Amino acid sequence: MTAPQVEIQLIAAVVAVSCALPGTFLVLRRMAMMSDAISHAILFGIVLAFFVVRDLSSPFLVVAAALTGVLTVSLVELLNRTGLVREDAAIGLTFPALFSIGVILVARYAGSVHLDTDSVLLGELAFAPFNRLEVMGYDIGPRALFLMTGIMLVNILFIAVFYKELKLATFDASLAGVLGFFPGFLHYALMSIVSVTAVGAFDAVGSILVVALMIAPPATAYLLVDRLSLMLAVSALLGAVSAVSGYWIAHILDASIAGSMASAAGLLFGAAYLAAPGRGLIALTARRVRQRWKFAQTMLLVHLYNHEGLPEEVRENRISNLHDHLKWDHRFTGRVVAVAGRQGLAESRGNYLVLTERGRRSAKEAMVG
Amino acid sequence: MEFLGDLLANYTLRTVGMGAVFLGAVNGVLGSFAVLRKQSLLGDAISHAALPGIALAFLLTGSKATIVLLLGAAAAGWVGTLLVANIVKNTRVKYDSALGLVLSVFFGAGLVLLTYIQRMPVASQAGLDTFLFGQAATLLSRDVTTIGILGSAVLLIVLAVWKEFKLLCFDPDFALSIGFPIRWLDVLLITLLVTSIVIGLQTVGVVLMSAMVVAPAAAARQWTDRLGAMVAISAFFGALAGGAGALTSSLVARLPTGPTIVLYLTVIVLVSLLAAPNRGVVWNRVRERVNRNSLQAEAVLADLHVLAMRHENPGHGHPISVLRTMSIGHGGVDRSLEVLRERGLVRRTEDGTWSLTARGLEEAERLAGRRGEGP
Repeated sequence: MTAPQVEIQLIAAVVAVSCALPGTFLVLRRMAMMSDAISHAILFGIVLAFFVVRDLSSPFLVVAAALTGVLTVSLVELLNRTGLVREDAAIGLTFPALFSIGVILVARYAGSVHLDTDSVLLGELAFAPFNRLEVMGYDIGPRALFLMTGIMLVNILFIAVFYKELKLATFDASLAGVLGFFPGFLHYALMSIVSVTAVGAFDAVGSILVVALMIAPPATAYLLVDRLSLMLAVSALLGAVSAVSGYWIAHILDASIAGSMASAAGLLFGAAYLAAPGRGLIALTARRVRQRWKFAQTMLLVHLYNHEGLPEEVRENRISNLHDHLKWDHRFTGRVVAVAGRQGLAESRGNYLVLTERGRRSAKEAMVG
Repeated sequence: MEFLGDLLANYTLRTVGMGAVFLGAVNGVLGSFAVLRKQSLLGDAISHAALPGIALAFLLTGSKATIVLLLGAAAAGWVGTLLVANIVKNTRVKYDSALGLVLSVFFGAGLVLLTYIQRMPVASQAGLDTFLFGQAATLLSRDVTTIGILGSAVLLIVLAVWKEFKLLCFDPDFALSIGFPIRWLDVLLITLLVTSIVIGLQTVGVVLMSAMVVAPAAAARQWTDRLGAMVAISAFFGALAGGAGALTSSLVARLPTGPTIVLYLTVIVLVSLLAAPNRGVVWNRVRERVNRNSLQAEAVLADLHVLAMRHENPGHGHPISVLRTMSIGHGGVDRSLEVLRERGLVRRTEDGTWSLTARGLEEAERLAGRRGEGP
């Protein structure tokens, strides 16, 4: 690995971790689409700030982005409060408007500088190592790495300091309000954090992939763990894994790094969606199948028990007619009977089926409780 | 007029204008259903999810024909929608997260494919990236024909199942109970929405297509309570913004089409939110004011009534200072008295005090009765 390759992966991982942390709260608070809205709308603030300071690396841009994020959230809430449009429509109206103004300003007045619409949307991580940070003449590393590490630390600090408040406001907003935890303040603080993270990250990975990194790792973690602290750690880890594996996918395909990182994050989600222990599709299906068999087994035992020792027993419990009484198809009945035999719950006597002692006990248990 | 003449004579402008107008109308119609069903952001997801479909369609067929790319886009948009629904159904991940996840991951995958294509040694890939922001100027007349045919098909189907869609929007439970195939209607509506979004991608672009779905419908909703009227107004708004935006961006250099259309839409939405009769913000302010004034006047009338009941002579006058004291914190006693006098309910006596007229007494008693306090 060359030095720039290492640097790119480091930046990517730090970006992903920075995004995953606030993203966890967005996913839990059902505000995932706010990240979409904010990451688009900040373009407006960035462009305005850029026109003022004429420097893309100025910290002023980060402040402008945070303010724009808060503006976006306020506009959505303002629209929502008029009661004229629903919340989803309010989001869908606000960010395209701000983003459009941003795009038009860039297209008309900033076309020649680095701030072009493609880089805003798509980012270009491969160029990040070329922009160095020099302290007193010494090259100490890529600027983006320092910026994003700073943002990551701010995010970690914010979550560490307000962990209890964030947790309460996330899971019980009204109680948090009653206890005087200022859920409104936390809400705007979180949105500012999201905006700052988005502005730091969008230079590297573009605005839409900020959304991928904010939502996909936390959503994946949500399928894997139950504790908030664990979910934060797992989504940070998943983010880092997506970043590094995304880099190598991009390397192999010679394609967009940011796009590959988003794809990797998506693949991880897909894997968890299928195979998460207990919650994945495979586990769900297996449980459904198991329940179906268990239910069928119980039905068979209860049926046999109900007719046991009665005159109609031979007719009702005849193996070849069982499917008719239980309304199953032939093959299914055959398999249920076979399983019941194998487990020693029932045995065939001539052409009809009788319960064993164990089977009788199970049937009674099933009928009692 | 000369400008209009030029416009009609200019082939590009005519093509672009017609395409964008029709596009706006179709999306206005489908957007109405999306907004009413609280699926405003689905358009966002569908348009982003379409990107890998466009790239894959090109990779598989090597063709850049609009219809091929649109088919790919529609297939991907459809799969994306399906995934959102499945994630919500099978996991505890909520709708908004599923939406954001699908839109951003699909978009990322689309970018991977697009950049992969760009580095392939085939020259014909150029132009695929206009799908990001849309460039109406690249529309050819056969593209407009494609838009026209697909859009008309969408509109005809909407007309054919109008009644069913209406029920789907407002009372899906009832629709289900009377045996409507709700699931299939849902799938049909999504398919139409995907189609209408996909035909707009080339003009408006992936990133801003969602505004084409939400904005005309949200604006139209302010002007009417009837579905038919809303759909028609929404189509009109969409067409207006589409046409105006496409033309402006064709005429002005370095003005991307998608954002320009969105700005026109934003203006339409703002005007609608502020000024629409019955619902608009301005209208509401005026109505509140009128209500407040008439409530205040009623309160003063009630106060006078209370005072009158304490006197043997109901025509006895009361000084304004007493009335002011009684309605402390409400203010506007003078104006209320003036309003009441104009309506002939109170009169001013020679010594400057106020008393109820006979009609005023009657009215005050009627109001008191309505409040459940009267005799």
